[in-house]
Amino acid sequence: MHGSKIPIWFFIGVLLVTYGLLITGYGIYELATGQLADVALSQAHAPVWWGATLLALGIFYMAKFRPGKAKK
Amino acid sequence: MHGIVPAANASLPAFLLFSAEPLAHLRLLDIAIIAIYFGMVIWIGIYLKGQANTSEEFFMAGREMTAWIAGLSFVSANLGSLELMGWAGSAYQYGILATHWYWIGAIPAMVFLGLVMMPFYYVCKTHSVPGYLGLRYGKGASSVAAISFAIEMILMSGVNMFAMAVVMKVVLGWDISFSIIVSSVAVALYVGLGGLRSAIFNEVLQFVLIWGGALLVPILGMIQAGGVMGLKKQIMHNMQTMTGGVAGDSYFHMWRDLGSFSANPMGVHWSGIVFGLGFVISFGYWTTDFLVVQRVLAAHNLRAARMAPIIASFFKMATPFIVILPGLLGLVLLQNGDGSRRELVGEDVVAACSMTGSGAVADVAGCQAAMSKTSLSAAAQSKVLAGGPDAELHSYNQALPLMMVRYLGPGLLGLGITALIAGFMSGMAGNVSAFSTVWTYDIYKSLINKKGSDSHYVLVGRLSILIGVAVSIGAAYLVMHAHGIMDYVQALFSIFVAPLLASILWGMFWTRATKLAGFIGLLSGIVFSASLFMWVKLTPSALASVALSPDAKPMAENVFRALWAFLFSSIVILVISLVTKARPIAELDGLVYGATKLPTEEPVPWYRSEYTWALLVVVIFAGLNILFW
Repeated sequence: MHGSKIPIWFFIGVLLVTYGLLITGYGIYELATGQLADVALSQAHAPVWWGATLLALGIFYMAKFRPGKAKK
Repeated sequence: MHGIVPAANASLPAFLLFSAEPLAHLRLLDIAIIAIYFGMVIWIGIYLKGQANTSEEFFMAGREMTAWIAGLSFVSANLGSLELMGWAGSAYQYGILATHWYWIGAIPAMVFLGLVMMPFYYVCKTHSVPGYLGLRYGKGASSVAAISFAIEMILMSGVNMFAMAVVMKVVLGWDISFSIIVSSVAVALYVGLGGLRSAIFNEVLQFVLIWGGALLVPILGMIQAGGVMGLKKQIMHNMQTMTGGVAGDSYFHMWRDLGSFSANPMGVHWSGIVFGLGFVISFGYWTTDFLVVQRVLAAHNLRAARMAPIIASFFKMATPFIVILPGLLGLVLLQNGDGSRRELVGEDVVAACSMTGSGAVADVAGCQAAMSKTSLSAAAQSKVLAGGPDAELHSYNQALPLMMVRYLGPGLLGLGITALIAGFMSGMAGNVSAFSTVWTYDIYKSLINKKGSDSHYVLVGRLSILIGVAVSIGAAYLVMHAHGIMDYVQALFSIFVAPLLASILWGMFWTRATKLAGFIGLLSGIVFSASLFMWVKLTPSALASVALSPDAKPMAENVFRALWAFLFSSIVILVISLVTKARPIAELDGLVYGATKLPTEEPVPWYRSEYTWALLVVVIFAGLNILFW
């Protein structure tokens, strides 16, 4: 909780970045190959934009709450 | 709300066991996402071990949590995955009436906790809710509350563990023992290592994951349904087909049809919703259940402790978006493999029509009889009886997983399943961390060993987590082999909550309430409430007496039973207090309104004041209820 410790928001950022990379990566693969998953609204390419949203949030949290910088 | 699961959900796991084909198959990417989640929660536990050395650190997280962390943890400990699925199923059955459990069934109580009750819990520096009762009424009331709470926590944890494992079996085909062991060992590890701080940190993480994994379903569903108007139009059309239009309109009104039990699909009356749910059950859970109150007690100062429930209430008000909306969307969007509309049914019908390994209905006559009581079309019934692929019935409780499977492809499905697992684990971590504190402080230290060192109590706390998880696993297997126990375990919360609320409210706001009155009021209230429960259990027609109407449905029982039990306990406390000697006012400082000088808080700008945010909550809450009247 204190500045010298890793805040929970940083852990959340790490997890969101990891998930964002994996899901966006899969979405781009789908987009590139045209092999869409057998689910409803697959043409909406949810993995691309939802993965990118997770990635952006994760980067924000990692940057804002990186160890050594964060306040409570 | 923990313990107040929808009636349809009450026997969820027992019947789901009969399902044959899993709903989904995970890819490597999905499994990687789930594995990364487990790795992260255990890493957090290991990282925080060094900050859980003293009892204050282990049991109270060092009382260092900010308002945001305490608030998100407060609401996350309540966001169990079974609750998510149960209420999505209820929304499928009853429409937006189910939202009452998220709005009037939570928001007023959360604001009241933050503004009115929190100062007393916080100023008296109690470690637990039974601890507060001990300070106010003495050891008798405290011990009754502590022992009943500890038993409830462990049994509930076991039941939820089993129910979650069955969901994983139905959705993914996972082995029941595998799910039970992996999830419980992970929870035991991270709570046992890092104590309450680890539980709270993981609950915040789990909260983010639940939203990240579940939010996409209503977004995609609303796109496909054509927005709010499209959804409404299609539900009205489907309801007209199923019921001749009787219930369709009621699906969109929260209050309009609560004037009589028979006018709404839930079979409840506004008086039960307002007084039973909105007051007794809601205030009982959100202000006296130590599972959630413990999170707020860990706040770093009084202002943070008051702000935490208010912050949480904003997220609680938003939760129907990921719970109720998917249930409503399921009514119009779920389809069978041949493109026809998939109608969900009750767990009893799913069980009656369970299939053999070869894909045929095991008990044709029983299945026919069960289906005849549903709105399933003749064609749909014939299809089930013919058996084969895609013929299997699904229950209301599967609405949310079915919607996930419908929209979420590789990766996103893993995230959705992780959201369900995270929901389960946050609830279980809440159970075991609260159990550990109550066991150590209010049972072991109070009744067994008063003279242990601080490190001894930390050790007892760690061991109690391991033992608690082990007993929970035992309870899970017990329920697996004796399904009838489940209804009783799930009723425990509703039996204890009303007498506990009466004892605490009278104790906190009436200086005249006496020690004996608190003890007898709590104990007799529990006996009264349990008697009402057993009366309806053994004589189902008694429901009409408990809920005051022959048209009442099981959902009405919980709310009216709680109301009567609260009134019974209150009368007992009032009468005994008036004929016994009260404690001197001076002894009640820090415990009772009117006898306590609350600490003065540093002034803050209006936009950071808890009163400003509470007012905003109240305005939004009122607006939403008017909007969906």
